[in-house]
Amino acid sequence: MENVINNRNRIHPHKFALWAAMASISMMFGAFTSAYIVKQAAGNWLEFSFPYEFYWSTAVILLSSVTLHYSFSNFRNKEEKKYKQLLIASLGLGITFVVLQYLGWTALYERGVDLKGNVSGSFFYLLSGIHALHVLGGIAAMIVAMLHAYTLKFNVTEKRINRFDLVVNYWHFVDFLWIYLVIFLLMSK
Amino acid sequence: MANITVQEQDVLIKEQGYNDHFHDHHHGDKYQTNFIFHYIFSMDHKMIARQFLITGMIWAIIGAAMSVVFRLQLGFPEESLTWIKPFLGKWIVVDASTGIGKLAPEFYYALVTMHGTILVFFVLTAGLSGTFSNLLIPLQLGARDMASPFMNMLSYWFFFLAGIVMFYSLFLSTGPFSGGWVAYPPLSALPQASSGSGTGMTLWIVSLVLFVVSVLLGGINYITTVLNLRTKGMSLWRMPLTIWAFFVTAILGLLSFPVLASGFFMLVFDRSLGTSFFLSDIFIAGQALDRVGGSPILYQHLFWFLGHPEVYIIILPAMGLVSEVLSVHARKPIFGYRAMVYSILAIGFLSFIVWAHHMFMSGVNPFISNFFVIFTLIIAVPSAVKVFNWITTLYGGNLRLNTPMLFAIGFVSMFISGGLTGIFLGNSAIDIQMHDTYFVVAHFHIVMGVAAFFGMFAGVYHWFPKMYGRFMNETLGKIHFWGTMISAYAIFWPMHYIGMAGVPRRYYSFDNFDAFRHFTDMNKFITVFAIISFFVQLVFVINFFYSIWYGKKMKTKNPWEANTLEWTTPIEPIHGNWPGNLPVVHRWAYDYNKDEREFVQQHVPLKEGEVGDH
Repeated sequence: MENVINNRNRIHPHKFALWAAMASISMMFGAFTSAYIVKQAAGNWLEFSFPYEFYWSTAVILLSSVTLHYSFSNFRNKEEKKYKQLLIASLGLGITFVVLQYLGWTALYERGVDLKGNVSGSFFYLLSGIHALHVLGGIAAMIVAMLHAYTLKFNVTEKRINRFDLVVNYWHFVDFLWIYLVIFLLMSK
Repeated sequence: MANITVQEQDVLIKEQGYNDHFHDHHHGDKYQTNFIFHYIFSMDHKMIARQFLITGMIWAIIGAAMSVVFRLQLGFPEESLTWIKPFLGKWIVVDASTGIGKLAPEFYYALVTMHGTILVFFVLTAGLSGTFSNLLIPLQLGARDMASPFMNMLSYWFFFLAGIVMFYSLFLSTGPFSGGWVAYPPLSALPQASSGSGTGMTLWIVSLVLFVVSVLLGGINYITTVLNLRTKGMSLWRMPLTIWAFFVTAILGLLSFPVLASGFFMLVFDRSLGTSFFLSDIFIAGQALDRVGGSPILYQHLFWFLGHPEVYIIILPAMGLVSEVLSVHARKPIFGYRAMVYSILAIGFLSFIVWAHHMFMSGVNPFISNFFVIFTLIIAVPSAVKVFNWITTLYGGNLRLNTPMLFAIGFVSMFISGGLTGIFLGNSAIDIQMHDTYFVVAHFHIVMGVAAFFGMFAGVYHWFPKMYGRFMNETLGKIHFWGTMISAYAIFWPMHYIGMAGVPRRYYSFDNFDAFRHFTDMNKFITVFAIISFFVQLVFVINFFYSIWYGKKMKTKNPWEANTLEWTTPIEPIHGNWPGNLPVVHRWAYDYNKDEREFVQQHVPLKEGEVGDH
């Protein structure tokens, strides 16, 4: 696949492709949130407050972005140990995020907000659920990055920087997406 | 690559091209060596293009055969259809006493639904843009392959998988989905709504989700390739119009298909998890469902936010192909190149803000409709710019009236005819009379169905030598053109009249309506031409497969004397497209009849004192 890469360009084609994919995912969430606004305006809409788990998960995913960012910069600076530790931390925080989301859904269900109930609840489960699926994709990418970190010889090459960069970019994206959703859901109350 | 001698290489590319060290290392076995990786799991864009084309053709035949069956029902409702029973089985209901076989009404709806789904998505999206974006983007830009050949392969195989799922649904005992290709809830959201709404709809939605994945993988690749892998000198303003069209098409797909996907996710939640996004106040057999608070209009918004850009996803590639074919065979530069590019961009932008014109009559606020009417009618401006530029390109040209050129001219004719009726339908007031009638059917079939097919045919006849190293038969091609041209107008022209008289679309039979009964002869006329048209397309299919193996061989690299880079590659296609260096581009793609030279290819350097570009 590397064969076709043209070195004249500043942005790597795979990174560009990832950005295009992120634009595409953003459109999907844009559609969900637009539908949310339209449906909310149409009435028959019950409000509810979020369980605390969701605020914790927001903090956790923000933190994981920070650790992953430093893991990447340590990788580039050839700091093998810090790079690996921070990568493990990021992966752990990423998994914690999904667990917290799950706990949040259970707490929400116990408060009586059911997927099948009022559309406002359905929308909440839909938005956070589809977002969680995208996070799982990011966790899978981080697991691959971990495998690279522990099975390959530590060697900072252009190719591996690019590869890791893709993971970092995507993870920041799902983080940003969650922040957007939280702000959107809080503002639209 | 050793079997390609230096003499065969274009001297200009050898001397002036640039070396990207592509051939320095051996690419090993993954691309070309054995049958499976050469023909099936190929990562070569030229092979993937042909895979898309042939799969699209198979779907086109299936979709067209369906239309013939439901046209038989509409044109000859009294005739016995017992003879199709061997194919359709229980869907032909034979009356025991008279022996007359009738098409089952629920299967009529399934046929109409499947015809729409197959033609819009599988044939005119995957078959058209999948084929030509794959073939031409790397070749015309001077790239070795797509940015990610692996994703490109996945794109085809997701499409193939989507096709398998849809094909399987045709054989369900409850029939495929039958609620219309737009899949509006509640017919699509409630499994108990009709026989096709159960498993048929489940498979329909699975198939289309796979299809969306295919489009996105392809689209991401096309955009990345256009922006990142152009050869030296190929600035955006030197790209052929084909590439501009594919590029904007891919952007439209990338931004609109995810919205369809979100609509589908919500639909799946409604179908399977008991939510009520799109459902409210539904009574089945006198019993109220417990689903409240949803809105079916919401689905329509999400669907048409894809649905409208989708028609441009279909027509823009055809426009690009036609622009190129017209210019090459008129031996003239395309008129108003920049205006053409700006109008592609304008159409692409406007396509996102007009979706509700599909919903004027479904309960949208009439004041909001005004906004959509205005933007819909504004699309006429860039469309007219394109039409006038095509006509001006033809004017005074040294026309070669071969098959690709005829189809390209036919495209312009169809686009004008179908575009003009769009001005009627774009008005929300006129739509009160016209909506859901045969006028709509006539409009969209001419402007995006037949026109897109004409663009596709122009492309296939024109680039067939590039795909297979042989030419298609001209005589059969001309029979194909005139047969299609005449029958297409004979089918859809009368539908305008039927539609203005208020005959609704999608009805199984008009026997019970006094108002519509006198259109029987017209319906017969349409059906006869639909059958003729179907057989004329078989001429094309025969010509296509015959020519792959027995067509006239291509003797020179550039048989049409065209300027674009794909005609500088060897006749026998190779992985990496160019045997040695990549060509370097010095001019735009339309230097025909310039300075007493008949044509000047893009990689020919400017002469001293020559003014380049446009």
